[in-house]
Amino acid sequence: MDYFSKKKSDTAIDQNLKEAYFTASQGQLIRARYKSNRTAMFAGWVLTLMILFGFFSEFLSPYEPTMAGRDKQYENGPPQIPKFWDENGFSFRPFIYGTKRERSIKTNFRWVISIDRQDRRYLHFFVQGWEYSYIEFDWDLPGEVFDLDVKALTFNTHFFGVDKGGIHLFGTDKSGKDIYSRTLLAIMTSLKCGVLGVFIAFVLALVIGGISGYYGGWIDQILQMITDAIRTVPPLPLFMALAAFLPSEWSAEAVFFVISSILGLIGWPTLARRIRTHLLSERSQDYVLAAQLCGASSNHIIRRHLLPSFTSYIIVDLMITFPYMVRLETALSFIGLGLIDPVSSLGSMMQNVSKADVLLNYQWYFIPVIFFIVFVLAFVFVGDGLRDAADPYSKTKK
Amino acid sequence: MSLLSVENLYLQFDTDEGRITAVDDVSFELNEGEVLGLVGESGSGKSVTAKSLMQLNPSNSVYGSGSKINLDLENNVVDVLSLKKARELEIVRGGAISMIFQEPMASFAPAITIGNQMVEQLIIHTSLSKKGAAELSVEMLERVGINEPHKRFFQYAFELSGGMRQRAMIAMALSTKPKLLIADEPTTALDVTIQAQVLDLMKDLVKEFGMAILFITHDLGVIAQVADRVAVMYLGRIVESGPVREVLHSPSHPYTKGLLNALPKLDALDEPLTPIPGDIPSPLERPPGCVFHTRCPEVLADRCNSSVPQHTNVGQDHFTSCFVVDSTGKSA
Amino acid sequence: MTEKPLIKINKLNVEFPLGRTLFGKTPMLRAVNDVSLEILPGQFYGLVGESGSGKTTLGRAILRAVPISSGEITFDDGEVNYDVGNLGKKELKNYRKLAQLIFQDPYAALSPRMTVRDIIAEPLEVMGLTQNREETDARVREIATKCRLNLEHLRRFPHAFSGGQRQRISIARALVCNPKFVVADESVAALDVSIQADILNLLKSLQKQLGFTFLFISHDLSVVAHICDNVAVMYLGTLVETAPTKKLFSNPSHPYTKALLSSIPSLDPDESKKAQKLEGEIPSPTNPPPGCKFHTRCPVAEDRCRKEVPQWRELSADHYAACHLV
Repeated sequence: MDYFSKKKSDTAIDQNLKEAYFTASQGQLIRARYKSNRTAMFAGWVLTLMILFGFFSEFLSPYEPTMAGRDKQYENGPPQIPKFWDENGFSFRPFIYGTKRERSIKTNFRWVISIDRQDRRYLHFFVQGWEYSYIEFDWDLPGEVFDLDVKALTFNTHFFGVDKGGIHLFGTDKSGKDIYSRTLLAIMTSLKCGVLGVFIAFVLALVIGGISGYYGGWIDQILQMITDAIRTVPPLPLFMALAAFLPSEWSAEAVFFVISSILGLIGWPTLARRIRTHLLSERSQDYVLAAQLCGASSNHIIRRHLLPSFTSYIIVDLMITFPYMVRLETALSFIGLGLIDPVSSLGSMMQNVSKADVLLNYQWYFIPVIFFIVFVLAFVFVGDGLRDAADPYSKTKK
Repeated sequence: MSLLSVENLYLQFDTDEGRITAVDDVSFELNEGEVLGLVGESGSGKSVTAKSLMQLNPSNSVYGSGSKINLDLENNVVDVLSLKKARELEIVRGGAISMIFQEPMASFAPAITIGNQMVEQLIIHTSLSKKGAAELSVEMLERVGINEPHKRFFQYAFELSGGMRQRAMIAMALSTKPKLLIADEPTTALDVTIQAQVLDLMKDLVKEFGMAILFITHDLGVIAQVADRVAVMYLGRIVESGPVREVLHSPSHPYTKGLLNALPKLDALDEPLTPIPGDIPSPLERPPGCVFHTRCPEVLADRCNSSVPQHTNVGQDHFTSCFVVDSTGKSA
Repeated sequence: MTEKPLIKINKLNVEFPLGRTLFGKTPMLRAVNDVSLEILPGQFYGLVGESGSGKTTLGRAILRAVPISSGEITFDDGEVNYDVGNLGKKELKNYRKLAQLIFQDPYAALSPRMTVRDIIAEPLEVMGLTQNREETDARVREIATKCRLNLEHLRRFPHAFSGGQRQRISIARALVCNPKFVVADESVAALDVSIQADILNLLKSLQKQLGFTFLFISHDLSVVAHICDNVAVMYLGTLVETAPTKKLFSNPSHPYTKALLSSIPSLDPDESKKAQKLEGEIPSPTNPPPGCKFHTRCPVAEDRCRKEVPQWRELSADHYAACHLV
């Protein structure tokens, strides 16, 4: 008896699964396929984690990442890793050691930091610290009219801190700024820059590539010529030229805005070409002709047939363009043309890395580099995973 | 000793959705100078069977442990499935066995001239010099009925029409004088008047070169004109096999009968077309027992869905896999 | 011919530009060349030809899916009389309700991101033929049942179906707006033989039920022979012969028709084809031969055929051909 009822429920489950497969929309199928790709899922989690770190960077950082939060007592200091146990015993509360710095003839008049192993400084969680707001606009754009000054959602709680002195998980740089805090902020900055750039590129690409691909003919020819012309512009010399033109009194935000816009304006041709190709191939499909033969308007065809057909490709394209934007911004900041010190972006932080002094003595400056690599790789893997999931030549779309 | 002897060929593919059986216990023999037609619809496993003869299936294919493909080369008999080294397979592929495909545009490299491709093949498989290979290639092009062969030798695939490309492919395949030619739907993409020409050509070449042909198609009319024997496949199994006249005039398997009835015939314009009911099951859902029982009009309720029918002899060299038929070839 | 034809084609030419030149005339490809044809209401009309014959273009020209270069196509169902080549916007919209197309490739003809119900309902919604969702649903169900589709499957997506089932969905979509004229462009070519027969029977029974006129385009003569009342044979853009089916197959006149018929491989291995087999390749439509287009491959071609284009003549009742020698 039991065997038979078990068998029935097995076939019922099978039927349900099959039915679910048959009634799954393209989007659901793509999601299911993506989930089965472990690398992509893992990369997705890493990416989400990093983005969350970026969002909550102020909460997670014990010190302000700017000059205002620098620790004058701990310049060029090595990373301080909290410990639970040392020769003096075990402690539930993690601690770090106190530090002193001194210089003398013996050290060639360089400041040398010494660790006092008897001076334990315990970590506390949810401490009060510097103030930060989630919604803060203080844009000093050129021209008084555009200035924006808004402040809301202000807190001053931080995830951790020490009772005495400073705690610098990744060490400090030469002016005492906490590298850990700067890294977290940098993730956010690079992210924002990338998002803005991708957004601008996407809007332009959608309009131009869309018109080009949908109408074809001479409109397509002209727009393609324009697109190709812009594509040939090499970004680095363009930036150098612009950097020479940017007034130095512009605030960091203004520079940031302009840089992101430039990235977008340079990045749209590639995206536009991809959109155009998608549209051209989908436009000649039989089902589009079938809709036209019903008398459907262009609007209807674009909305119901063409847009859904390449939504998944566009998402993939965006995901893949993102790391390019971040890399471009990082590269430019690295050579001093984009966001520069003291603004934190992954690129500006890596600017400091190329000196011999750093390589020999202050290796912890490299830690943001690791973050940058992980960040970009995560994007790339997620993008690849999405592209595989949305692959038009896979088995389900015969 | 037959040229080719396939024994108990099992082939499964390892996919995301599980193990799919593509070929299920297929056995057949092919002698020199004989044309065997392999007929089936989509999912029948005919192409996959053909590709197994040269181990051309993708890397996720799993062959059965008892499967053997015995090929009679000059001095010895080789089991193709047991060949692992690339060098050994090279002797078989293009040398002893040649293959022509349905889409000639897809099998010629677009950026290399036809002549260069033919010469390349000859250099790999024979000891001819480049000059000798070129001469032989031009000779072959002429033999297959391509006009101005010297000019065509230097042309690219896209410069030739569909029929000519197919002839060029036949020329290329035959230039190494293979013992077995596998033709996978070679005329399906051709216009019917061109198809007639190519089929005539193939029949002539069989007479002249004495090679065997494994002719794969879904078109029973083509089989009738070209093949000596025919094997009908459905979902990876051979359901009926025998001399072409016998199978076409007195089919015994319900699938063969159904296939013949579903064909529009020019000499019986008033008869209605009778399709085979139902759809071909997906390879993921192979029916238990006899693979055809889900659509069979003569299905025996309890038997056909539980056990797999074995070969029953219904005539001279003519057998079928069906419970409904007894050894006299009549339905039970 | 006492009945008024539904579709009357008169000296139709359809040309496509080939490439683009800055100076001088753009070379044109003449896909349909001086075709005159009449299709009566209720007929199941077959259009046969090989590649380059122009049959697909002709079918699409009738539906106004490709522009007409010269000549006339008239559509007259008793209620409206359209000059299809010169339709105004409003008339074109109405024409779309009356003439529909069933495609060849069942996999490309259905939008993969729409449910079957939406696919079939789309013509109704676009053309505004129903007032509300219930009415649309009812119409969809009605036609789906006629096409023998399982109503439970309406909420599935196309990837769930086999080739034959997809073709039925295609047919349902074409018929949901109750057209008077339906063109099937190689609609069974991509299907397995056992399914082909099923779809053909379905088309025939639907025609009886719904009473539309059918133009069946195919390269497969045997299929056409079985279900069509009349057949027209095309070669390189030109009509070579038209006749009622039985007449054409029992008494073909044009050498091309004869060759076409004898090229079909017979199921009888002993039947050796005594009739002509054609030599040579099909000429490219971009560079058609002068005079009679078929003369380069015609087994009985004479000198006249190279120079003069043959006249389209009536040989007997309803049987026309264009050849100097018949």
